[in-house]
Amino acid sequence: MALARIQIPPTATRGELITVRVAIQHPMETGFRFDHMGRVIPKNVINTLTCNYNGVEVFRAEMGSGISANPYLQFYMRAEASGELVFEWVDDAGERGSERASLTVAA
Amino acid sequence: MADRSRRRLLKFSVAVAAAGALVGRSGMPRAQLAVQSLEPLISKVTGGATVTAGRVILDIPRLADNGHAVPLKISVASPMSEREFVKAIHVLSERNPRPHVAAFHLNPHGGRAEVSTRVRLNGSQRLTVLAGMSDGSWWSGSAEVEVTETACLDET
Repeated sequence: MALARIQIPPTATRGELITVRVAIQHPMETGFRFDHMGRVIPKNVINTLTCNYNGVEVFRAEMGSGISANPYLQFYMRAEASGELVFEWVDDAGERGSERASLTVAA
Repeated sequence: MADRSRRRLLKFSVAVAAAGALVGRSGMPRAQLAVQSLEPLISKVTGGATVTAGRVILDIPRLADNGHAVPLKISVASPMSEREFVKAIHVLSERNPRPHVAAFHLNPHGGRAEVSTRVRLNGSQRLTVLAGMSDGSWWSGSAEVEVTETACLDET
């Protein structure tokens, strides 16, 4: 199972713009490489990653082999209410992963 | 005598250089893809809409030592309000074997139209980023990157 790290501030004030950073452990195999037997290593990249905050989609990324191994993404989000940030992703092999982080918004 | 051996050496080195060039060409089929036009891909992404240069700023090193992971920050000038926001950001490479590097979908909940990531680049090129706005307009920005060690050629 892929390992992922989400970094967000634990607390925020209402309306504050917070930085969301996520890094997922994944080879992001291009399909252009060969193994030691000369066989093509099939392409396997995380093709879709979504970030939902309290059930509302905040950010979505569609990635190809042009994104580096162990993909890293940074984006912004406006903190409106306390809740949970849910990341979900799927790779070409059909393997799914998810990670959560909670955010407390002071009134 | 000395002149003759010098000539022979010269002939030999020319032959070696020529052979090297031939092997180099056939042995590495994917070495440095030629720069390809992004026009067809741009019109596919935008659906034929006109693209205006501006509003998109790329923050990427001018000289990237390692093409396997080049830090890229994209910022788009937009208020990111309910009425006017950036819907999509597309990263296009003119030299990668798969030119459509990534697409990011944003909405007003984001608050700021800025995305950072790391990309693979197959050689020195001009990287193009398209931004689609909520009003249907498309904007673009680009940056020239010099890549010393290219990605995608690693066959180990």
